[in-house]
Amino acid sequence: MTDNRFFNRSEFIGILVLAVFLVVVLPLTLDVFRLNLVAKYLTYAFVALGLVICWGYGGILSLGQGVFFGLGGYCMAMFLKLEASSVENTKIQSTPGIPDFMDWNQITALPFFWKPFNSLTFTVAAIVLVPGIFAWIIGTAMFKRRVGGTYFAIITQAVAAILTILIVGQQGYTGGINGMTDLRTLKGWDIRPDHAKVVLYFFEVGCLFVCIMIAQFVRHAKLGRILVAMREKEDRVRFSGYSVANFKIFAFCIAAVFAAIGGAMFALNVGFMSPSFVGIVPSIEMVIYTAVGGRLSILGAIYGTLLVNFAKTSLSETFPELWLFGLGGLFIAVVLAFPNGLAGIWGDYVQPRIDRLVSSRKSQPAGWTDSSVADGAPAE
Amino acid sequence: MLVGHQPKEFLLAVEALTVSFDGFKAVNDLSFYVDENEIRVIIGPNGAGKTTVLDLICGKTKATSGSIQFRGKELTRMKENEIVKTGVGRKFQNPSIYDDLTVFENLEISYPRGRSVFGALTFTRDAAVRDRVHEVAEMIFLKDRLNVNADLLSHGQKQWLEIGMLLIQDPDLLMLDEPVAGMSVSERAKTAELLNRIIKNRSVLVIEHDMKFVEDIAHKITVLHQGQILSEGTMEKVKNDPKVIEVYLGH
Repeated sequence: MTDNRFFNRSEFIGILVLAVFLVVVLPLTLDVFRLNLVAKYLTYAFVALGLVICWGYGGILSLGQGVFFGLGGYCMAMFLKLEASSVENTKIQSTPGIPDFMDWNQITALPFFWKPFNSLTFTVAAIVLVPGIFAWIIGTAMFKRRVGGTYFAIITQAVAAILTILIVGQQGYTGGINGMTDLRTLKGWDIRPDHAKVVLYFFEVGCLFVCIMIAQFVRHAKLGRILVAMREKEDRVRFSGYSVANFKIFAFCIAAVFAAIGGAMFALNVGFMSPSFVGIVPSIEMVIYTAVGGRLSILGAIYGTLLVNFAKTSLSETFPELWLFGLGGLFIAVVLAFPNGLAGIWGDYVQPRIDRLVSSRKSQPAGWTDSSVADGAPAE
Repeated sequence: MLVGHQPKEFLLAVEALTVSFDGFKAVNDLSFYVDENEIRVIIGPNGAGKTTVLDLICGKTKATSGSIQFRGKELTRMKENEIVKTGVGRKFQNPSIYDDLTVFENLEISYPRGRSVFGALTFTRDAAVRDRVHEVAEMIFLKDRLNVNADLLSHGQKQWLEIGMLLIQDPDLLMLDEPVAGMSVSERAKTAELLNRIIKNRSVLVIEHDMKFVEDIAHKITVLHQGQILSEGTMEKVKNDPKVIEVYLGH
């Protein structure tokens, strides 16, 4: 049960603790409304998880993850919207059987690119493939030309801005600024009542753990160490026979796919999707979640996302004007004082004490230490 | 290749190589040939274009004109990682290693297997990898430091580690840019010993300023000056060349 291709001993305990927290503690202590809020926060945790691989490990800062979150979310929302727009439900429209916002915009037939979204199988594939292929195109265009660092971050910002403008501008096809609202059923199963919210919460947590396992696998594979190596000495990696661009594209694509899964979960759990989750501001907020949690820590990013969002909800309920200053201050504090975020604080201050406590109680030799540094010991 | 003319098979043939940076010719119509199992040292004053020559061979800089043939393959048209796969290894002037990884992991990344994205995902640290890493670590005097993070190594050890990272690739042509710069006297002697051991069955191209060290290892010396060859030949010949004495050795 200790070291394998997915986790070592201390990581296994960490994942177990997170699982107990999300699967047992939160559902037992929170009412359905709050649990649904957690479900909403966790959709961002998918994005943060991707950013740990892409930004933390690979050193590729993307300020446009909202794009992929949005693409995944819109794919899911399109399917749900079509199901909610059956001929019976929309018989008061001038063209029954198409989404309401199309009718309002004098569109009389379902556009061709909407038609495949009648199929759930296609939708699930599209949630992964559309953002994945889009990220691959951006990644290939940028990384093959050796565009990186700040320039890449700015370009991802531009893409986020462009996509928002596109969605808002094409309101007949996308629902415009209001997004896609009034999503009702998934294959006939109503997603709105409380018991459905609970089921969807557990489904989401399940998906999150699948993504955590994928991230752990990538991190522990040689690929994870190549990402770290690339972040430090790109040329050395290149002259060790690796195509640096391909590894960057891979990291960027995996982050995009995680973000898209998060977006799809958002559409399911929250019941709508709108361009306000696509643009520059949400994209930057997602980076802040990762930074607060610790950009090098897979689990840290998830706790960071939950913490910042809890703070956001409770602070913006009481002091709505102050929240943005708080968020900005938090980011500055993390960058200046705790570059490795919550996970760094944990690893530097808390973990050593626990280790000391455990080893003094059991008086066992301190053989295993914190292995937040990639486990490099040859297995002997 | 010219018809009816069969030149000797060189490992590396650089011909009429020129690179121009905004009109400044850092390397100008340069030609030289390296034999199998030869140690060639390139010397020359600062700004002579020594490092640029290595950059051109390994693909870091693209040539403006001319050709670089390695075992009959044209390198000027290849990507850096493809050049590595044909058997050219390059060590940089400043030790270029991965500080956040251990010595073991540094060497493992350079092990020539699983270099594609999929290969890197499915790569397993099997006995072959471990044995090779241990073997190389012993050669570069870092056997007992395998689990140490590379940023904790001394400057000399970092240089050895990078040489080890090249060794594990097992290149046919090893290019070293000032391998003993900044080393202590004892480290320098150990490095010379190391180089003499690893040159078996491969060619080495070295840039170095330390003439004592050059004398110890060189089979043949090329003196560069302003992007062109000033003199070429054995240590004895180069040392007594009046042109070389004037621009380089004289002071």
